[in-house]
Parts: sequence; C-alpha cells; structure tokens
Amino acid sequence: MTKHTIQLTINDQTRTISIDARKTLLDALREDCNLTGAHAGCEHGVCGACTVIVEGEPVRSCLMFAVQAQGKTIRTVEGLAQGSALHPMQKAFTEQHAVQCGYCTPGFLMLTVAALEKTPHMDDEALREVVASNLCRCTGYENILAAVRIAADDMRRRP
Amino acid sequence: MNAKPQGVIGQSVQRLEDRPLIIGKGMFVGDISFAHQLHMRIVRSTSAHGLIKRIDAQAARALPGVHAVWTAQDIPEIGPIDFREGKIEKLEPYRQPVLAIDRVRYVGEPVAAIFASDAYIAEDAADLVEIEIEDLPVIMDARAATGDFAPGLSSEAAIITQGFGDTASVFATAYAVVEIDVTVGRHSGVPLETRGAIGRYDAARDVLELHGAAKVPHKNKETLARLFGRPAAALHLFETHVGGGFGVRGEIYPEDILVLAAALRFGGAVKWIEDRREHLMAANQSREQHHKTRAAVDEKGTLLAIENEFWHDQGAYPRTHAMRVAETTCGILPGPYRVGAYKALGHYRLTNKTPAATYRAPGRYETNFVRERLLDAIAAKLKISRIDVRKQNLISSDEMPYARPLCVLEDDVSYDSGDYVGLLDKSLKAIKWDELQGELAERRKRGELVGVGLATFVEKSGLGPTDGAHVCVDTTGAIEVITGGASVGQGFETVMAQVCAEALGVDYRNIRVVHGRTDRIDFGIGAHASRATVMTANAVHAAALIVREKALSFAAELLQSDAAMLDIIEGRVIRRGESEGPSITLGEIANHLRPAAKLRRGREPGLSADGWFDTDHQVYPYGNQIAVVSIDRETCAVNVEQYVIAYDIGRAINPVLVRGQILGGFAQGLGGALYEEFLYDERGEPLSVTFVDYLMPTANEVPNVEVIIAEDAPSPRNPLGIKGAGESGIAAVGAAIASAVDDALSSPGAVTQLPITPQRLKKIMNRLGRA
Repeated sequence: MTKHTIQLTINDQTRTISIDARKTLLDALREDCNLTGAHAGCEHGVCGACTVIVEGEPVRSCLMFAVQAQGKTIRTVEGLAQGSALHPMQKAFTEQHAVQCGYCTPGFLMLTVAALEKTPHMDDEALREVVASNLCRCTGYENILAAVRIAADDMRRRP
Repeated sequence: MNAKPQGVIGQSVQRLEDRPLIIGKGMFVGDISFAHQLHMRIVRSTSAHGLIKRIDAQAARALPGVHAVWTAQDIPEIGPIDFREGKIEKLEPYRQPVLAIDRVRYVGEPVAAIFASDAYIAEDAADLVEIEIEDLPVIMDARAATGDFAPGLSSEAAIITQGFGDTASVFATAYAVVEIDVTVGRHSGVPLETRGAIGRYDAARDVLELHGAAKVPHKNKETLARLFGRPAAALHLFETHVGGGFGVRGEIYPEDILVLAAALRFGGAVKWIEDRREHLMAANQSREQHHKTRAAVDEKGTLLAIENEFWHDQGAYPRTHAMRVAETTCGILPGPYRVGAYKALGHYRLTNKTPAATYRAPGRYETNFVRERLLDAIAAKLKISRIDVRKQNLISSDEMPYARPLCVLEDDVSYDSGDYVGLLDKSLKAIKWDELQGELAERRKRGELVGVGLATFVEKSGLGPTDGAHVCVDTTGAIEVITGGASVGQGFETVMAQVCAEALGVDYRNIRVVHGRTDRIDFGIGAHASRATVMTANAVHAAALIVREKALSFAAELLQSDAAMLDIIEGRVIRRGESEGPSITLGEIANHLRPAAKLRRGREPGLSADGWFDTDHQVYPYGNQIAVVSIDRETCAVNVEQYVIAYDIGRAINPVLVRGQILGGFAQGLGGALYEEFLYDERGEPLSVTFVDYLMPTANEVPNVEVIIAEDAPSPRNPLGIKGAGESGIAAVGAAIASAVDDALSSPGAVTQLPITPQRLKKIMNRLGRA
C-alpha cells in the first residue's frame, strides 16, 4: 500500500508522518505520534471518546482519515495543560469528581473546551446539549455538567 | 485499637487517580505496545447455529503481513473455558471452546484467529477467511421448547431451585392470590472501553504475562495457570487502567486465552483490541429473564408465600460465572420483606444468543423489578396504598440480624443490620410524597400523564471469606499499600489510601496503592460484587494498624515513653497532646528498622505488615428509589422528572465517591429501564451492534437525582462498619420507573416488560385507550 507523507501541527509541534491512506486520524495520533490520550470507543462517531480539536472544531478523530488532516492544526488532550498548570476544564473535572474510569474523559475535555472557546456564553441547556454529544458510562453526567459549568465561568474570566 | 481518628475516613477528598487520566497519560490496554508485537483479529461466526462444514484460510494466510491463522485444529491442547469457582459437573459439557469446534452457537462466536504484523492487515485477512456453515434451527426464546445443545444434551442445562416452607398449603388457604408475568430485557454493562488483552511471553524469565487484566486478576491467574499447566510464579496478570468494568470486563474470554497461547507459541507479544461491533455481539450480555410469580396474601396484604418460576436466557454457553445470576435470582428475590414460605424454580436455558453473565447488580436488577411489580400488584388487588403494602411487610430493625434459609453466592442469606422502614420514611419525606400526590392529581386532571413510583430493595456486598493487604513505609516516610484488589474506575486507590491514612496517622496523598498485579501479592479478590471496599479496605485497615503498633512500640523506646501515650500525627510520632515535644517521623523509624540498622536490635526488619480480614457472611446495604415520570402522548417517551435514591451504606469512607457510584449506576439502570436492549431477529442475527441501535443514556436523558446517603445501620460484621456501594444506584431503577409509568397511566400492572420503549408503551397505551 502506498504511504502518504503528511505534516500535522499537533499541540504546537509540527510532525511529519508517513501513513496509509486508510489510516484514521485517531490511529495516526495514537500509533504514529504516540499520543494515546484520545481513545477509540465505538469507531463509528457516536461516543466521542476520540474527540480532538482540528482547526478549532471538535472532531471525531475515528471518522477522519489522517490524510484529511494534512497541514492542519490539531490539539489533543496532551496539549491542554500548560506545563504542570491544568486547564480550567481539567481542574474542574477532577475537583467536581467528573472522572471515574477516565476513558471518556479526554474526549469530554476536548469537546467542551472547543465548544466554550467558540461560544463562551452558553446557557445551561446549551451546555447540556454539548455534553450530550459524548457518552460516559460511569458518572451519570451530573458531575461532568457541574465541572463544565464551573470551567465555563473560569474560562470566561481568563484572557 | 488505639488509632486516633484523623478524620479522613468520611471525607470527600479528591481522588488520587485523576491526574494521568485528565492529562491524557492514562495507560489503558490499547495504549500499551511491545516491540514487534503481533495483532490478533478474530473471525466470528455469522450464523447463530450451524455445523461448520469447511474453513478455508488459504487466502488469509497468503496475505503479506499475516503471521498465522488458527482454527480449533491448531490449538488441540487448549480445552474449553473453565468456571471461575471450580468444577461444576453438570455444566462441564456445555463450556465454550476457545475457537468453535464443529458447531457454532451464536453470531459472534470465535471461529478463527488471525495473527498479523498490523491491526489493519489482520482485519483484511479476517475478511478473506471463508467459513461454510450448514444452518441448524435456532432457539431465540428461553420459554420456547428446548432443543439439543449437542446430541443428547438438552438446551435446558440446569434447573435451579431454592425455597423454604410449604408454599402449596399456604396458597391453598390464602385470602387472596396475586399473579404477575413479567420480563426483563437483555442488556449489559457496555463499558466505553472495549475489551482488550496483550499476551506476552518473556523467554528470558520464562514468564507468561497477560496485560489488560481487570476485575479478578488473581482468580483468573489461577484458572489460566491451570489451563496452561504453568506454576504460579510463571504466569502473571497485569491490570492496566480499566475503562469501565460493570461485571463484564475481566472475566476470562476466548480472546484472553488466544493471546496467551499465541504469545507462548510465537515467543513474543500478541495484542488484541476488540472493536465496538464485536463487543456488542461477543462480550457478556445479561439480565434477560421471564418470571411467572405469584404471592399468597392475607386481607392486609401480608406476604404469606411467594412462588416464582423463571426462565433464564443464558445465551449460547455458560460463561465463567456458570449459574450465579440464576442462583442469585432465587436467593435474593424476597428482598427486604418477610415471607412465610417461598419457592423458586429457575430454568437455566441455553439459546442462540451471545452468552450471558453478570452485569452490575446481577440478579437484583431483575428480582427488584419482579418483586416490586408483585408488591404493586398486591396493593392494587387489595386496594391499599403502595406504601402501606411495603411497610406491612418490611423486615423491622428489631428483627436484625435476619437470616433466612436461602443462599446467595454460596453464602447463607443473613441480613446484618438495617432500619428499612426508617429509610423509606426518609425517602418519602424527601420527595414530599403526600404533597406530590395532590400535585400529580392536579396535573392528571389537566390531561397530563404523570405518575410516581417507588421500589425498596436490599443489596448484598462484601463477599468473603477473606482478603489480605500489605502496608509498607519506606525510609522517606512514603507509604505503599499492596492489595490484590482491582480498580475499575470506582476510586479504589483513594478509598484504600483514606483507610490506611486514618489508621496510620498520615496524609492519604502520601500513599501509593497497588492493585491488579499478581506479581506483587499472592492473593487478591479483585473488584466485583461490591466487595472491594468491605473486604480489601478492612484488610488494609488491619495491616495499617499493625504497622502503627510497630511504629509506636519502636518510638516508645526511643522517646522513652509508654506506647499508649504516643500518637501519630501527619506521619510523625509524638507524645499525645505535645505537638512541640520530642518526635520521630515514620520515615526515620523505617530507617532504623532497615535490616542492617544498628538500632533494630532483633526486631523484625522493615516498617511493614500484612493484614488480613476474614468474614463469615456478606453485608447487606439497603435502599429505596422513587421516580416521578411523565409520558409524552405523541411519542410515547417516558421523561423522568424527579428521582430520589436513598441508600444506607453503614459508613461512607468517601461520600462523594459513593454518590458517584450511585449516580453512575442510576444512569445505567435508566438505560435498562427505558432504552437499552440487545435485539435479535428470528434467525439469531443480532440487531444491536452499534451505538445507533444500542441506545445508552446521554446527558439529555439522565435527570438530576437526589441522593440520600444514610449511615444509620453500620455493619456489625466489620470493624469499619462499612457496606458496599457499587451496585445500589442501578439496582431498582427498572422497578421504580415501571411503578411510576403504571401510575402515570392510572393502570397498575400495565408495565410487564423492560425496557419500556416507546413502541412497547404505545401498545400498552393503545390497549388502555390512553394514546
């Protein structure tokens, strides 16, 4: 199979990888970039465990081929904290007990961060609608919603 | 016990587990890779029942990158999968082979295994394997006529009975007899992380390793060591981060055995990660039972006798749990109520569906639904309130401990403590039951379909008989707690650290908790049946108290004080009440107890200890769930408006974690009550193999829940007074919502089947003329 060489900017770092055309962005991140934070939950775009931010938009990386991301700017959960300082969303998730097994967590973090960066002011219904895009099997969502509300306030207060 | 409470037990402290998980550094099985690993892909049966006529793997073998293709013939040395708790004579011939031999019995059954250099290539190769199957008739309903599992082996693999008293004579003379006929649908844990396993053979040390273990690593090690004929020290299991367990993950499946066998034969690492479609047709399913239940009552609704005949749809094979779900169903059905006589008869039937086993609150989600339907039916028949009929029959606190001649998980049922009526009153108060009746009546007058329902239940947890732990303080004062427990995301490390911290007098954040590693500790019970906190935490507590004694005894000599006059505060031994006086840290004591240390003077080296906890019986937490629902007349969707869960846990080590268990369990229970169902067509083709077909609740479906955590009835069966939390949230959701839907339709007994999907509800409403 012909390999395609593509360049991706991931978490402010430019990487060149060589992959099959059929490789998903999720697999390319995990296998070719050693970024295993995004997870495969369903591989058909429903659960959102694989969510990463591509050009500012939350994207199901299991539904995108890596070659489609050629030249694009990607953010993954590994790039969310600044050094040891957690992103407000990460901080809120741990403080509000929004994490249990943690498998869906990276997807929820990237989903909600992307949504709030685009639309900083969302009412509770809109926030719930965003959170309802992904699946969590452990928490029953209440604490995730609590974390997102708090992080939304925190993100608005920061530059 | 001279541990002065530091107060960390009972505090909702933050979890120790979170950091790697929120920065993307978790290590789930899919995140692990070994150099030169092979990838395994399973070729699965597309027929629900048939004879294998031919398997042609030539084209697959010829594909570049394919290392090997196995069918049953390639692994004659590997027998069928054993039961976790040992040999069960009558079920032996029904055990599932690792790869199908001659016959397939469900869609999704492993028939061949591909080993390739890359997961994509392995999947390509799987598509090239041709399997010719001659179809046989299928059994898709456990109530249908039985057939042959194999020539001479009935699909009714067992009949299970439990009971006490002479039910027949009670029924013959009872004031009234109430009968129900109800069904619980097929659903399951469906963790967000699919299954996965990596087998690795380390020839240099002659050790076979399984990475990606979960739930019961030590038990599985025993079974696997026996299967591969290896001594205990030559096979080890390693738990990774686990993306949700719920009873499903961590049992031994064909794929676990295949990666180990391949690792041994090929001499390296073999990785298998399941895809979601596979998971929904191959991982354990659960719950599906049909019950015909009747009660004999007097004129006040007193339960004089219950008879319950049920059909347990096991799917194609018994799995590692054998008959546990069906047995628990028999043993726990009477729940929190007194019953004069009882008879349960279960048909353990094999069908041509994915095999079934335990899912969070196995046997309780089902029986709570059945029993609470029965209580509602009694109330309706005798025209008494649903509350009164329950209060009339609830076991009272002065009857505790309450034993009855039934058995759950090979343990005689004996409820340890509880004030069932008191907790029910708390729940009714929380939802403002009386006011609510008026409000609901008003809304019904306006044409709304709204109702309230309730369920009471007893949980079981903390299955013994024993667990151990090791606590060790190093020379810096850092503490390691080694357990044979397992973490499935519930906060295991945090809870163990809290218990150790309080007993020892240290900061819980200075404690590392080891779990799921058979190379670090010889024995462990893992995490299942809500036993981790009860059993393992009590063992940790025992070990920490011994370490405390050792530290105080050594410090007493050094500080020239009576050990009884000393205390440990934040890892430092001081004279009681003298925070400024002479002191020594635990790290310094550990340093003096090094094997070669001068001051050790014949004492046992190391500031460490093993602790054990033994128990005769399980412990029985209990609770209530109350639901307020409305029904949309057009879509026939059930909307849960309000929900209360009250639960007496004896003593909560970390209330926020307990609450988290309850909320998460509730969401799963809601799925089973309204949305989730594994459906099959008449040929046995599974219809629920994507998340578009198998519908799990999202944040839009899950309402806010009022959780009442009570600590009114600590368990007398362990020093900490604790009971388990893991299964309480899910246990009675189907029961409570069914009762509420009945009430919304003003038609007691309307709901006879879970999940209450819009299609089913529409049928009911059409029949009642309420659409």
